[in-house]
Formats: sequence, C-alpha cells, structure tokens
Amino acid sequence: MHPVLRTVIQRLGLGVVTLFFVSCIIFFSMQLLPGNFAYAILGQSATPETVKAFEHEVGLDKPALTRYVDWIKGVAHGDFGKSYADYGSSNPRTVATLIAPRLWNTLFLAVMAALIAVPLAVSLGLLAALYRNSFFDRAVNALTLTTISFPEFFVAYILMMFLAVKAFPGLGHPLFHSLSNVSRDTPFLERVYRCALPAFTLTLVIVAHMMRMTRAAVLNLLASPYIEMAQLKGATRRDVIVHHALPNAWAPIVNVIAFNLAYLIVGVVVVEVVFVYPGIGQLMVDSVTSRNIPVVQACALIFAATYILLNLFADIISIVTNPRLLHPR
Amino acid sequence: MTAGIDKGPAAVGQPRARRTLLDRAWRELKKAPPTAWFGMIVILGYLILALFAPWIAPYGQSQVFDMPYSPAFYEPGWDPHFLLGTDQLGRDMLTRLIFGARNTIGIAVATTMLSFSIGGSLGILAAILRGWFEQLLSRVVDILMAIPSLIFSLMLLSIFGSNIPNLIVIIAVLDATRVFRLARAVAMNVVVMDYVEAARLRGEGLGWVMRREILPNILPPLVAEFGLRFCFVFLTIASLSFLGVGIQPPTADWGSMVRENATLITYGSFTPLLPAGAIALLTVAVNFVVDWFLHKTSGLRDEH
Repeated sequence: MHPVLRTVIQRLGLGVVTLFFVSCIIFFSMQLLPGNFAYAILGQSATPETVKAFEHEVGLDKPALTRYVDWIKGVAHGDFGKSYADYGSSNPRTVATLIAPRLWNTLFLAVMAALIAVPLAVSLGLLAALYRNSFFDRAVNALTLTTISFPEFFVAYILMMFLAVKAFPGLGHPLFHSLSNVSRDTPFLERVYRCALPAFTLTLVIVAHMMRMTRAAVLNLLASPYIEMAQLKGATRRDVIVHHALPNAWAPIVNVIAFNLAYLIVGVVVVEVVFVYPGIGQLMVDSVTSRNIPVVQACALIFAATYILLNLFADIISIVTNPRLLHPR
Repeated sequence: MTAGIDKGPAAVGQPRARRTLLDRAWRELKKAPPTAWFGMIVILGYLILALFAPWIAPYGQSQVFDMPYSPAFYEPGWDPHFLLGTDQLGRDMLTRLIFGARNTIGIAVATTMLSFSIGGSLGILAAILRGWFEQLLSRVVDILMAIPSLIFSLMLLSIFGSNIPNLIVIIAVLDATRVFRLARAVAMNVVVMDYVEAARLRGEGLGWVMRREILPNILPPLVAEFGLRFCFVFLTIASLSFLGVGIQPPTADWGSMVRENATLITYGSFTPLLPAGAIALLTVAVNFVVDWFLHKTSGLRDEH
C-alpha cells in the first residue's frame, strides 16, 4: 500500500477512536452526580414521586450503558434527545431543533472570521519571517504579543465602544451594530454587516496566534541546511522561497491554520455572549447556567468533534503534502 | 569565604569567589530590556494591591451605598466620594477593583500551583517509570486534550456546580495535561543522565530522585511554562466568570465585574473596560517577563 494512504488511514482510525472516548467522557461524566439533576431541574421542593416520574420520562432509570448506546444511536441520526427545560410542557422541544439554527449562525460567524483572518495572518507571518528583525517584524511582534494577552471580551468591548457606540456621531446612526441579533430571514448582506464586529473580534484574537506561529514555522524552515545550500549555490531569493522553502512550508502553515481555527471554537463562546449573537456558544452557556444537561452534552460533543476533525484535517494535509512521503524510495 | 574578601587588588590571579545569588540576579536584572522591567513593575504593583487590599481600598468589599451607577471622575456629575463611580448595586468600583486583584489573582495562582503539582509530578514519574504507566497516562492526556478546555470546563461546571473549589480543581486538572506533557518531555532527557543512575544505585528512593535529582535540572523550562500557564488559567477563569459560571457574586472578581456592568458600554461609559483592562494589563506584563526569561534560559540569540 502507498505509504501516504496507509498513514492517512491510520490517522483516520485514531480520530475515530478519540471521538469515541470523548463521547464516553461527555456522556459518563454526567453519571458522577446522578439524582442531583432531577432536583436542579424540578427545584429542591420536588417530591420523590415527581423525581421518579421525571427520571422515567427522560430515561434516567435505565442503566447508564443502555442510555449511552441509545444516545450514540440517536446522535448518529441527528437526534440529541429532549431538552430538560421544557419538561412537563405538552410540546417538548428536541435538542436538535434548538441547536440547528444556532449551529448555522455560529458556522456563518466562524467562516466569516476565518475568511478575513487566514489570508491576513499567513501573509503577515510570511512577511515578518522574510524581513526578520526589521522594524516591521518588531512592531508586529510586540503588537501580537499584546493582543494575545487580551481576554476576548476586552477586545470585543473595545471594538464595540469605538466602532459602534462612539463612532461618528455626525453620521446619525452608529457605524456598526453593537449587538448582532440576526434571525433566519435576515438577508445575506445585512447578516454580514451585523456580524462585522464579532467577526473582527475573532479575527484580531486569532490573527495574532496564527501570525506568530506562521512566522516561527517559516523561520524554523529557513534555518535548515538545504536552504543555505540553495542560497550558496546562487539561487535567487525568489527561487529559494518558491521552489525550496514553500513546498515544505505548506504542512506547518496548514497545521497552524487548522490549530487556530480550532481555537476559534473557544473564542466564539465568549464573543457570542458579548454581542448577544444567537449561536451555539451562547446556547451552551445558557444551558450550563440552567443545568440543561442534554443541551450541554450536545453542544460539547459538537464543539469537541469540530476540534478533533480540524486537527485531523491538519494532520492529513501535512501528510499528503509532505514531499518525503510523496516520493518513497 | 565571602564575596567581599576577594574584591581587593590582592585577589588578582586567584579564582574569583562566586557571586551571591542576589548579586547575580541583580546583574541580570540590570541587563533586562524595558519591556521586562515594565512587566516586573506591573506585576509587583498588582501583588501589593492583592496583598494589602483591605488597607488600600477605601471601603469594604461588598459595602453597598444608596447610589447605584454613580459616574466616575472622567464623566459629568462625578461624586468625589467614589473615584471610579459605583456599580449597578451601588458598590464602589475602585474598592471592587482592588479586592478583585486579590480574589482573581489568588484563585489563578492557586489553580496554576495545583496544576503544576499534579502535572509536574505525574510527568516526572512517567519519565522515570516508563512502561505501561507512561503509556496509560499519555493516552489519557491525549484524550483530555482533544476537548477544548473552555468547553470541557463549562460542561464539568454544569455537572458539579460552580463554586470556587470546584473551579480550581476542574481547571487545574484540565491544565495539568499540558504541564504533564512538558514535564515528561524535559524529564526524559534528564532521566538518562549518569547522576540519576548513580543516585538510584546509591539506593535513593523514588521521591528523592524526583525532587533532588530531576526537578532542579528541569526547573527553567517549568518556570517559564508557569508564567504562560498562569496567563492561560487567569484568562480562562476570567472568561468563565464573565460568562457567569466562574467566581460567583458577591465575591469581587474582574471577570464578573465586566459582566455586571456590561450594559453601561452602550451608553458610552468606560467603566466596564476598567476590570477588563486590569486583566489585560496583568497578562501583558506576565507575557513580557516570560518572553525575556525564555530568551535568557533557552540561550536563543535570534535577535541581535
């Protein structure tokens, strides 16, 4: 078998195993404090009978293993179970109907941020590496180190303050919306405009990481002996970069991009709360506060699966683009 | 022999006495770049605020006055009793900020220390014992790290409930995974040294080998990592508190202060930015110092 194919299959297998264990952790950590939930949902004054009825209703009286298998089966069909919040109402909502529109909103925001951040960060990182120790490099370095140290909500509120609340009072209306409330039938351009501030915040947060890591990866590469060899034999600067450095640089750069897109997942939670954006991160925080466990589990599983898939994707790209594996002896 | 004896001209030609630790530290400090100095002064300032909060703060931590949303000195209608105004319940912002330093930094330091004792000792132990112990721990760590830590801690807090001990333990355990990886990796290089072998043959116990032979030799990277992990933990706790599932009221804490006063920002008030800025300033300062320290200890000389 071709070595590339074999390694890719190995990685995919490893990813599936990781996903399995992660789903186990997400499901079984809930078992650590059983019984508590019924009271958390129904209130401390609930009678033992109500608790029993509730446990029966949501299936808590069955053995944990059975429930896990049912849960996984459901998840595979896109069914994440019923939300605890509507317990007792005549028409209980499923977790899936709660999540679906919000997942789409979050994806929209993340893709928008990524489309701005990735080209910006990679080109800044490449420039900083190529013009190392120049004024540009130092300025960008200090700036990104500062941005990295800022909590997301600080960046978010600063942007909100200066681009939405205080920007151009002569305009008659704020430059950007300070709160990003979108609904299903918001037209595309309006949606982009309303998402501008959260997307800028996420961009600022990940550009710093991505740019620093790109710079480090390229610098690391430029220090290798074969680059010096190419320079010594008289290849032009452009030639060295395009033919010698870049083919090997793709793997680390793609790795950096995927790693930081995974980081977006964490950033998105805080940013959605700041801008009251109806996404999955805000849903998760709300459900944590109300201890709506099925929703928390579903959100955690979606976030973790995205994270694992992005990292897997990065691994596979770096395997496929590795010149040493592409030309086996 | 003290350092003072050898300083005279008679000592020329003789080996110089070792400088005392303090002396060497001072010489290094004098060469530190301005960013590192800035960082150290800021950190010192924060520590003083945190340690002496009850004496510095003008009022009590949750002392309520009958004038909520009193404006700060940079806003019209300022009341000189409250330098930075009051919050939504009428508590003095300046007092809350000062006490916030104590609570927020204290909890973050406790968490980081717990995470280092768990991750560090398990990492060194894995490097010494190898075999199934190391394999098992490494796989567990791989899986724990496959879940983004903010998401994981949100989930665990929803299960165990948010209070300060839970917060510290959950974040410390999740963060210990990264410390474990680093400690194991650096300890691997030290375990194979002859002096470790000698200590073992001498019959020293596992604890001695870990503490006296390995730990001192892997300290520099761990110290730098301590700074970085502190920043990370500090930001995670601040984010969780901001989301309302971290440190709970009425404890003064910067993350929850931002959350409580957030609505003011739509009226153009800078007040919610103050606690957020306090968080940012401390992490910037720690990062500057760690950057300098890493540069010093790794022997990297890429900037001329």
